[in-house]
Amino acid sequence: MDPQINNSAPMIELRNVSKWYDSFQALTDVSLIVNKGERVVICGPSGSGKSTTIRCINRLEQHQSGQILVEGVELTQDFKNIELIRREVGMVFQQFNLFPHLTILQNLTLAPRRVRKMPKDQAEDLAMRYLTRVRIAEQAHKYPSQLSGGQQQRVAIARALCMEPQVMLFDEPTSALDPEMIKEVLDVMIELAEEHMTMICVTHEMGFARTVADTVVFMDKGQVVEVAPPAEFFAQPKNERTRLFLSQLLKH
Amino acid sequence: MGYSFDFGAIAGYAGLFLQGAGITLGLIAIAAILSLFISIGGAATALWGAKWARGLVMAYVEAIRNTPFIVQMFFIFFGLPSLGLKLTAMTAAVIAVTVNLTAYCIEIMRAGIESVSPGQREAGLALGLHPIWVFVSVILPQAIANVYPALVSQIILTMLESAVVSQIAVMDLTHVADLIQSRNYRTFEAYFVVAVIYLVMAICLRRVMARAGQRLFAGRAR
Amino acid sequence: MIELSLADILSFLLLAARWTVLLSVIAFVGGGIGALLLLLLRYARPRFGSGFMRVYVEFFQGTPFLLQLFLIFFGLPKLGMDVSPLMAATIGLTLYASAFLAEIWRGCVDAIPRGQWDASASLGMNFIQQMRDVILPQSLKIAIPPTVGFLVQLVKNTAVTSIVGFHELTKAGNVINNATFQPFITYSLVALIYFAMCFPLTFWSRRLERRLTPTGHR
Repeated sequence: MDPQINNSAPMIELRNVSKWYDSFQALTDVSLIVNKGERVVICGPSGSGKSTTIRCINRLEQHQSGQILVEGVELTQDFKNIELIRREVGMVFQQFNLFPHLTILQNLTLAPRRVRKMPKDQAEDLAMRYLTRVRIAEQAHKYPSQLSGGQQQRVAIARALCMEPQVMLFDEPTSALDPEMIKEVLDVMIELAEEHMTMICVTHEMGFARTVADTVVFMDKGQVVEVAPPAEFFAQPKNERTRLFLSQLLKH
Repeated sequence: MGYSFDFGAIAGYAGLFLQGAGITLGLIAIAAILSLFISIGGAATALWGAKWARGLVMAYVEAIRNTPFIVQMFFIFFGLPSLGLKLTAMTAAVIAVTVNLTAYCIEIMRAGIESVSPGQREAGLALGLHPIWVFVSVILPQAIANVYPALVSQIILTMLESAVVSQIAVMDLTHVADLIQSRNYRTFEAYFVVAVIYLVMAICLRRVMARAGQRLFAGRAR
Repeated sequence: MIELSLADILSFLLLAARWTVLLSVIAFVGGGIGALLLLLLRYARPRFGSGFMRVYVEFFQGTPFLLQLFLIFFGLPKLGMDVSPLMAATIGLTLYASAFLAEIWRGCVDAIPRGQWDASASLGMNFIQQMRDVILPQSLKIAIPPTVGFLVQLVKNTAVTSIVGFHELTKAGNVINNATFQPFITYSLVALIYFAMCFPLTFWSRRLERRLTPTGHR
């Protein structure tokens, strides 16, 4: 196990979480522990509840039973508590969701200025630092519509990082990208992973999982089916459904 | 036949036309500014308010949209004072035009807000922004930009409708025409010139607001 | 001051409302015919027709309806014609309707994608056949909701004809008000009757609009 992972108190803990959309049960008894510095990849067929799970962690979706704890604090209906948690949890979306009416720089400085009450120059310095990190500093004064998909997603990652979160959630970050742009985004994510940013990544990019993940979680039909380190997961999957999924994946 | 058009007789009244146009423009300007703010609140209520509040807003919007402006105006100018409220003609006109324009703007704003993709709200919330900030900084600018042409059209439409306030003796552009033709009997010329002035105002207003829109919403080329 | 019961007022208003309905129907039918003529001109003689239509529509959409009425009611007599309030109201509203309907329907025809014209042309169809079998059937479908919506506009605009003395619902309201000095009740009833006429149309127009876009297909 990677010595950089801190086992003392889990960063994120899901205990028997269930969620329904009307009568349809989207999540059944999902339990998961993510430690500080751990990099988790969640995979599974579509409709398996992977996105729903991570969206519950920052309350974009609401779970009906079970508990979700972030840094030991339970996620409840309490609004103040939700806002505090969202400051520490960053999210990158499949559709990027950059703010089209703001420049790249403004996209990044909006939340630090409003939420953390940072003064303008400080926020802009912070933003430029992260833009440089994702190698897109020269686009700071452009608008999202002027950037390619890969560039927009890198900006989205920088935007989430500007809030300096403790955890990063990735919801299929490369699924909406043209193939030639996937690498530039994955490279940024790999760098983040190598710095031991705690992250949960829902993705189909198994190469990423193999290279960088500490744990791979397989979900199917709203349940956690198998949890294992990548070496074990890919070489000797224990569950029949996992094996079926992997064989279908490898066919491509 | 025997009628000779004499537009020259009208030319001397240029100052009066200017005054009337000023009143017409001033009226719609006040109404537009008030409507903008009130309709944002109204749209927010219609979308996310308590059930009774939503009902109230929708009832108001439907009442205005399904009744003639002139009747609304008569109701305000004649009806309200009979309940004890003292109103000058100008005040009644401002109220009537504002009440009318706001109802339409609430519908337009609502459509605008709904047209912003849900991912925008999610991204704002995910960053830890308070929902009010998400509404003001992320949703609203995009909503307004999306429905800007519809808003401009509605404002111009309402300006044209406001011509009926001349009938309760507000000194707008139409009233000026009434005045002039009652003095020199050049009825056709007076009304024709005023019609053209309205047309010119409508065209100019549209151009000016389109350019303002380009400035305000720069760089958003979707 | 005359004492009138609510029932008296209501029946007086409702009788006048018949004229509102009649005027609306005449203007709608007349305006529809006018619109078709305009469109025929536009598509048959594009160079002159579209310019003419543009000026025509700009005038009626860019000036207050009240002024259009005044021009007809006060202006035409100067040319020797005898114009009654009914005539002025009918002519004015019909011309107004023709401009708006022409513009709405033109938009619906233009909304049909170029590809439809291309496909039908490549199958060897001529202009009349294209219009009759491919373009118009599709345009008709999308034209119905805004046309019904415009009918509401038309009904509301009949109220303006009261100013030139046409005896419809609003004028009846003025008469009652001048007699009884009860503006609040009078104009409330007038508004209610208009609402009863317009709201069903508004509702129907929205229903039609929704049926056109069942799953976001447009």
